[in-house]
Amino acid sequence: MKELSLNILDITKNSTAARATDITISLVTDAKGILTLTISDNGCGMDEETIKRVSDPFYTTRTTRKVGLGIPLLRLAAEQTGGNVKIESTTDENCHGTKITATFDTTHIDFCPVGDIVSSICVLISGNPEVDFVFIDETPERCVSLDTKELRAVLGDVSLAEYEVIKWIEEYLKSQYNQE
Amino acid sequence: MISLEQLAAIRDKMKDKVVIREGAAETRVVVGMATCGIAAGARPILNAFVDGVAKEGLNDKVTVSQTGCIGICQYEPVVEVFESGKEKVTYVKLTAEKVEKIIKEHLVGGNVVTEYTIGAINK
Repeated sequence: MKELSLNILDITKNSTAARATDITISLVTDAKGILTLTISDNGCGMDEETIKRVSDPFYTTRTTRKVGLGIPLLRLAAEQTGGNVKIESTTDENCHGTKITATFDTTHIDFCPVGDIVSSICVLISGNPEVDFVFIDETPERCVSLDTKELRAVLGDVSLAEYEVIKWIEEYLKSQYNQE
Repeated sequence: MISLEQLAAIRDKMKDKVVIREGAAETRVVVGMATCGIAAGARPILNAFVDGVAKEGLNDKVTVSQTGCIGICQYEPVVEVFESGKEKVTYVKLTAEKVEKIIKEHLVGGNVVTEYTIGAINK
């Protein structure tokens, strides 16, 4: 992947495939330049055996092909900067879901830039307007955030996937980044 | 500054349209957005279709949606066009320039851009 925002788009699609209704995507960069990416959802979760196998590129739940590269590519992007990926998941019927935490050293020469994260968030929302997303991108200097529940309260019956709404979300996020 | 008041104004504008639009789309443009598609550049392709459809005023007639792996990873980015009463058209190895032509000639003009289809690539 050329940008970390593409890994984020790809990994979060696993959450929607797991029928999650609430997904949180959080990017927190500390003063030393360590970026912690967390993607958590309330999807169906994975059992222990599946968690063990999910980093294997030759494991996938898909039926169209026999490889699954999402998690291995994220792991590669993290580990090549000295970071790592941690996967926590439960299928418990009262609290099912998955949390993926990846750390990156943004000062490392092999750190893949975050890229167009606004585009990834907009694609996720437009493709899954029934899902609630919380997005946070925080550094010591600024905090960009979006909660689709707040937008839904304003929009009423109007879908988050409407073109004008997605364009508003895009401008809303860009305006927060431009305040840096 | 972008405000929630602007979003409320969009809601008021959209309310009537939502009722008219339900089930009205005649054409479905489906973009493959699995790992293979995303890595090959499907995100800007999806955005180019969404923007192009809106620019041409086709929102009531055409829906642009996302799907998983279509199964032909080597041809990504892949887009399938479904029109009622017609055979499915599969466009492969797309770029933003190719999307522009597909919107103008296929979605607006009704003529399949044969040179970008999987059948042409395989020849």
